[in-house]
Formats: sequence, structure tokens, C-alpha cells
Amino acid sequence: MHNKSVAELSRELESGKISSVELTQQFLDRLKQEDGKYNSFITVCEDQALADAKAADDMRAAGRATPWTGVPFAHKDIFCTNGTRTTCGSKMLENFVPPYDATVAEKFKAAGAVCLGKTNMDEFAMGSSNESSHFGAVTNPWGLSSGQKRVPGGSSGGSAAAVAARLVPAATGTDTGGSIRQPAALCGISGLKPTYGRVSRYGMIAFASSLDQGGTMARTAEDNALMLNVMAGFDPRDSTSIDREVPDYTATLDQSLKGMKIGLPREYFSDQLSPAMAEQVRNAISEYEKQGAIVQEVSLPNAKLAIAAYYVIAPAEASANLSRFDGVRYGYRCEDPKDLMDMYTRTRAEGFGNEVKRRILVGTYALSHGYYDAYYLQAQKVRRLIQQDFINAFKDVDVLMSPVTPSPAFAQGEKTTDPVAMYLEDVFTIAINLAGLPAMSVPAGFVDGLPVGLQIIGDHFSEARLLNAAHQFQQATDWHLREPK
Amino acid sequence: MQWDIVIGLEIHVQLATRTKIFSGSSTAYGAEPNTQANAVDLAMPGTLPVPNENAFRYAVMFGLATNAEIGRRSMFERKNYFYPDLPKGYQTTQLAQPIVGPGHMDIDLPSGDTKRVRIHHAHLEEDAGKSLHEDFHGMSGIDLNRAGTPLIEVVTEPDMNSAEEAVAFAKKLHSLVTSLGICDGDMSQGSMRFDVNISLKPKGSDELGTRTETKNLNSFRFMEQAIHHEVERQLDILEDGGRIVQETRLYNGDRDESRSMRTKEEANDYRYFPCPDLLPVEIDDSFIEEARNSLPELPDERKARLMEEYDLNSADASTISSDSNMANFFEEASRRCGEPKLVANWLNGEIASRMNQENIRNIALAFIGPDVIASLITRIKDSTISSAGAKKVFDALWTGENDSVDAIIEDKGLKQVSDTGALETMVDEVLASMPEQVEQYQNEDNPKKRKKMLGGFMGPLMKASKGQGNPKLFNEILVRKLGE
Repeated sequence: MHNKSVAELSRELESGKISSVELTQQFLDRLKQEDGKYNSFITVCEDQALADAKAADDMRAAGRATPWTGVPFAHKDIFCTNGTRTTCGSKMLENFVPPYDATVAEKFKAAGAVCLGKTNMDEFAMGSSNESSHFGAVTNPWGLSSGQKRVPGGSSGGSAAAVAARLVPAATGTDTGGSIRQPAALCGISGLKPTYGRVSRYGMIAFASSLDQGGTMARTAEDNALMLNVMAGFDPRDSTSIDREVPDYTATLDQSLKGMKIGLPREYFSDQLSPAMAEQVRNAISEYEKQGAIVQEVSLPNAKLAIAAYYVIAPAEASANLSRFDGVRYGYRCEDPKDLMDMYTRTRAEGFGNEVKRRILVGTYALSHGYYDAYYLQAQKVRRLIQQDFINAFKDVDVLMSPVTPSPAFAQGEKTTDPVAMYLEDVFTIAINLAGLPAMSVPAGFVDGLPVGLQIIGDHFSEARLLNAAHQFQQATDWHLREPK
Repeated sequence: MQWDIVIGLEIHVQLATRTKIFSGSSTAYGAEPNTQANAVDLAMPGTLPVPNENAFRYAVMFGLATNAEIGRRSMFERKNYFYPDLPKGYQTTQLAQPIVGPGHMDIDLPSGDTKRVRIHHAHLEEDAGKSLHEDFHGMSGIDLNRAGTPLIEVVTEPDMNSAEEAVAFAKKLHSLVTSLGICDGDMSQGSMRFDVNISLKPKGSDELGTRTETKNLNSFRFMEQAIHHEVERQLDILEDGGRIVQETRLYNGDRDESRSMRTKEEANDYRYFPCPDLLPVEIDDSFIEEARNSLPELPDERKARLMEEYDLNSADASTISSDSNMANFFEEASRRCGEPKLVANWLNGEIASRMNQENIRNIALAFIGPDVIASLITRIKDSTISSAGAKKVFDALWTGENDSVDAIIEDKGLKQVSDTGALETMVDEVLASMPEQVEQYQNEDNPKKRKKMLGGFMGPLMKASKGQGNPKLFNEILVRKLGE
């Protein structure tokens, strides 16, 4: 069962061949047995999952089943879950149990999905390797057989590793600068970052509010579509969510790609990309040409400024978003504070890890009196230029395609001492967040036995188009079905 | 040297919305600590703000009532600082694009002149919670019930030149926001708080002096005292050739002392930036028109109408129109008894002094209603009771002992005797018992002294009539009989 997709498991449950309780138990057993190798989960909710599975079976018996009823999955530990601790990968929230559900969690519950637990992640979603988690690094299931522990990417590294290792068929993720797409690429699964505002951010612990977006991670494009069907939609509790009709994302998966115009951003096929990676990506694009798509080169002249702009805007927002972790109301508080200032400084010094502290410092500096115009305001201007580049590109083409990462999964520890090298992991993904666009990562080949991702970028609210393009590719290839040994 | 005093005000006005500015929690005052703070107010991880439309409506009403430009596109910013009663570690406020732009308000000066005070802008923001330092041994308590209560902060230009003008502005603003119904005006509960910016400059100079800001004054009286105190302090320094340090000061009203809270150099860097959780808010014409149509009669308009319709003088009309409940009471009572001048006298006299004594801020909360005061006035006018009797009836009405004027007159036997025959008999008897005084009176030529001597007979006459003789009739009979 563990190799089946959400769509397949849904059909198994519908046919009555297996109950959700049985299915859930099988996945829980596998999770307990296997996850020691990956550390992809922070919290496993065995009792709750079995209770939910029972409720799902009842729901199905009562004729109220949705495609998700009884299907196991997992949440990135950034989504608040009522009664289940939500850590955001931080010591700061090690014992934090929210008394509310994130809107995304609520929606999966309403659909009858069975959450097996909370997946590991970089602390407060800050990282590209899942090494900044307070709960330990996550190991990529790929490359383990060669004896080397590689990173799964980040920050949704736990979700990506768990899906790749077949511990769950699907998991939620969030993407602020590439945190769904990069780990999806490094773990050989499919991931979608929707348009900013498509999925509610309520109850999703904020890193950089104007960039954060919840999204989907599963092996197939079809499963991503099934996930987005549940997650997307306006939420009156999130003032930045957009009130716009949600299509059935599975309905258009089978459309032909004949005549689809694909743009290849010149700047994304630069010398930062190894020849072996470039070859895999170009092979994937050839497959699209075979299916009748038309390929042309386009330019995103300001793309090279994206990392610099991002590393001003995201830390600036984070510096304010993380101020609430002060030891006053919930979360970690230092031992025996001698006064208020001592409580603040030690709570935050002890509760946050180095990468989080680094970004709070950068953000605080960027917003400081006398620096605001030079950094924050300038970065916002650059952000507008980057958005304009994409708007111009989408006048000529339907989607853009590019690599997701410059190289495949790297070894644990390889980049931990060099923050800038780590930040460059997101060189192809960050601009998309700055522009608020939807983008997918789709498995597109291997380099040295490690998965390579193809990035498909669309105009605002073109998720159905991206899923269609990914699904058609997956009908002709089997990269997404390869299982790590 | 002669000095000009220059004063500008920043006034925090709590808006009387039912729920908070960014969450659905109640804003009601006085609940058990932290029972009106939900996950958003507590800044729990992942929670998000959703703006309260009514807060915008109230701010727009304020803008329209102060002749201000309305910010068609306003924006929230984050003002970052750490404080235990500030749950998010930043206050959501407006800086670059406030909801209310430049406007003005005219104040009445004691001289009878009016003065225009310009308002620089007014912006929407959230209130903080409260730190409680008592009852917690070696610790502080935090109550977040107030956190997220909507405020408008009204910032004036430095257009006031004395404590009296500043207080007149503050009172006028109080009267305006309560008349608009956008603030309950209860200063004891912090519904209005004042920060006062004060500087001195050589008389007639165009250049402003260095200013200080005295923060968080929560009554008109403290504000007035604090201004006098700060003006004196600055004057002493300047007269001694010293320099004023730009700083924020705290004033202790109970001790009439102030101390420096922080200087400009120690000021926080608030690192303002646009709040990414809230989109800019566009206000369209229909929203503004709707707000305009919901404006009640404003205090200035009402004052003019009271003078016109009820023939009140400016002072009475000012006092009554400044409090919309009072003004409603006045109009209702006047309609019922047809004696607006007497109603005004009662309102500004006995009723005002009792409200003051008993700290009642809203006349609607007194036992006495406009219908009742109208019957009382009717009974005075038709001579059923004397003015002395009316005071007794009023006491009974005020304490809630009874709410029927006629029943009180009956119960307490306050009905005046106006039967001339009976009164004449009493006068005859009293005069007969006071021959010396009668003789003195008749030998006195000075009419003023004679009038005074008449009073000497009134006491015994009222005693003889058990207080129920009509004093006017007694007087007439006395003058006639003594003249015989």
C-alpha cells in the first residue's frame, strides 16, 4: 500500500478493500519502523490518527466521503494543529500546543483526511537543508545506499523525505523562497507552491508574511491537484487571501499540451548550473516539445537581483514576526530571569538557533533608522522590477521552465558553515516568491543517482495549467515513480 | 524676558466598537483579566489580523466632523518595540498614510472669542494591554483585555498658547467624539488619554523652542496641572540661561511632579515598515457618504440651534450642547414644560452640581428624567410649590425615592397655601406679635432697608404656615398691611 498514490488509496478505500483504520495502522507501523533513518517526523500522532481513521470509516459508511476521507498524510510542523504540539522546528515552541487549527489543517480534517503527524523542518522555515531544525537534521532517502547522508533540502525537508520514503503519500509544505520546490526536487517528488493568497496563511506560523505560501507535496501531479482542491480558497481570517473561485484542479489534468508556449529564462540556464543538471532539464523540455509544446527563450533581466532583495525583505518581516516569541505568554522561557530584560535576552538567545538569530539581526538592521531607504525600500523597488519581468514574460508564453536547484542533494554539513552558499540553493526559486507566482517542481531525471527537478512557473492563479503540464509529463515519464533504495 | 507658550496635543481616543480592531474579542471594559483576549490578541503563532470595518467608519466620521481630508488609501505599519503588554512585539498603527488627513476644530475662549486649532492628522491603531504591578510579589501581571482595542490618535498642530486653550480643545474634542457616538468618553477608564507637547519661545519669535512631551495624562485637571508644571519648569531653566532637553516626561498628578522618561538620544528606533498581513484599505465615495449621512447634529450646530430655537444665551447653549445626552434631556424637558430657560437653570445648576458631586458622567444614568423635571418646573410655575419646596421635591427625585412630582408634593405636604383669607389671618397674627419690628419698619424711609426688614417677617410667617404659605402672596399682603 505504501507505494500507492493518494488517488489510488482513495479508490482502495472506496472499493472497501481496506478500511482507513487498517490503512492508517499500516502506515503508522511503517513510519515507526523506517523513520529512524530519516528523522522526517517531529511528532507522530498515533492515537489521534487511529481515532481520525475510525471517524473517516464512519464518514464513508454514512455516504459523506470525499476523495480524502481515510487517506493518511502529514502536516509540516509549521501548521498549527489543535491539541497537537506545533514546534516550527524550534526549541522556542518545543512544548507549544495550539488551542486552534490552521485553516489548512481544518480543511483536511473536514475532508476526512488522517494526519499521521508533524514533519521536521528548518527552524521557523529558515534554511535550505533542514539542518537548522532543533529536532535534528533530516536525511534524504536518496543516496543513503551509497553510505552518504545527504540533505533533503529545506525548509519542508521532513515532508519531502517522508513522501519520498513512502512514509506518507502526501504532506503539506510551505514555500517562502523555495521551501517546497527545492526539497521536492532534491527528494524526487512533486511539489507546488501556489499563487500568493491562494491558500490561507491563518495558523501557519509566519516567517516572511508577504512571501509565505502553503502548498502541496506528493509523488504525482494528480495528488498535488487533490491536495490543492482541499487547501485552496478564500479565508476571512487571512486578509491577504484572495476571494476567487477555486476550480477542480483534477478536471484539467488530461488536457493536451499541444501549442502550449514554454519560455526558458536565459538567466536560469547560466553557468551556476552544472552541465549534467542542465542536460536533465533540457531532456525534460524535449519531452514537452514531443507533446506539441513550443519552446522559446525569454529574459528575466532582474532575476540576478532576487537573492539580494529577498535577503532584505524576508529577514525584515521575520524580525518583526518573531518578536512575539518573548517568553511572556507561551513557548520557551529562560530559567529564573532576574528582570524583564534578562528574560527577553536569555529567552531569545537560548530559544532560537543560529540561523534564526542571524536573520533577525539582518532584518532588524535593514529596518533601522537611516538604513530603511537603502535596504528595505530599495529591496521593495527591486521586487517590483522582478514582478514586472515576469509580467512581460507571460505576455509571450504560457509557462516558464527552468531547473529548481543548481545541483542535486548535497552532503549534510557541506554548506552549514557558509550561509551564502546555502542561500544560493534558492537562486532559481526565490524570484517566484517575490512575484507571488505559482510554481511546481517535478521529478525530471537523475544526476549521479540523485533526483533532479524541473521547475514550471505560471502566471498568477494558473495552478491548473501547471498541474496539467506536470501530469502530462508524468504520463510519459516515470521519474516520479522511482523509489530510493 | 517675555515668553510665548506653544502647545500641541496628541490624543488617544478609544473607539466604541463592539469588537477589537483586528479580532472578534469584545472591547467591554472591566472584565476579569485576560477573559477578552483570543488567540489573535495573544499573538499566538500563525494568527492574523482582520480589520474591523466599524473602526474605519468611526475614524471617517471623526474626519468629516473635523473638516478633514479622508485618506482614500490608508495603510497599516508595524511599530516595533518589546514590552510585556504588547503581545506581538509591535504595534499595528498608521504612519505614512493615515485614515484622516489635515483638518481643524474651533474652540471657544473665555474671552468669548473662538480660535481655530489645526489637526495635523488622525490615525487608526491598536491599544496595548496593561501591566499590573500590584498584587504580584516580585512579578508583574499582564492583562490583555485592552490589547487590540481600536484607537484613533489625533495629532494637532502646535496651535495652542495656554493651558486653558489646551483644555478647551481637549474638552471640545471630548464633546465631539461622544456626540458622534464613536467614543464613550469615560476618562476614568482610559477612553481618552493626552500627550502634551510644550515649548517656550521668546515673545513674538517665529522660531519654535525645543519641546518636551508629557505623556499619558488621563484627566482634564491633570492635563492642566501638567502644562502649568511643565511651563514653570521650562521657564525656570530658560530664565537661568539653560537649555531645554528634548525628552519625554511623565507627570505624577497626585504629587504635581514630573520626571524624565527618556531623552531623544535614548528614544527607541521603532523600525516602522508596512504591515505585510494587512493590505492597504481603499475608502470609496459611497463609504464616505454613508458615514456622512450617519453623522448626528454636531455640538457647534446644536449650540446655534439651541440659541435660536430656545432663546438660550451662548454660555448656557455651549454647556448644554457639549454633552449630547444633556442636550437631548434639555430639549425633551423644554418641549414638555415650555420653560427652556428654567430647564437650563436646573441643568446647569442643581443637576450639574449633583452630577459633579456624585461623579455621574451621563445624565441618562441619573434617576431623574426629562419628563419629571418638566413636571417639577410646571408645579413651580403654577405656584403649587415654592422654590424651597421644589428643592425638597428635587432631592426626593434625585435619590430615586419617588418619581412622581405630585406624589412627593402630597406625601411631604409641600403644597403652597394660596388662600388669601388664610394667609391674611396669619399675617395679622404675626404682625401683632412683633409690634417693635412693625414700628421700626414704618419709621424707616430707605426703601432698601425696608425691603430687608420685610424678610424678618417672612421667617415667622413660613413657620406659621408650616412652610406652605405662598411667599409671593405673603409678601404682597405684608407690604399692603405694613403700609396701612
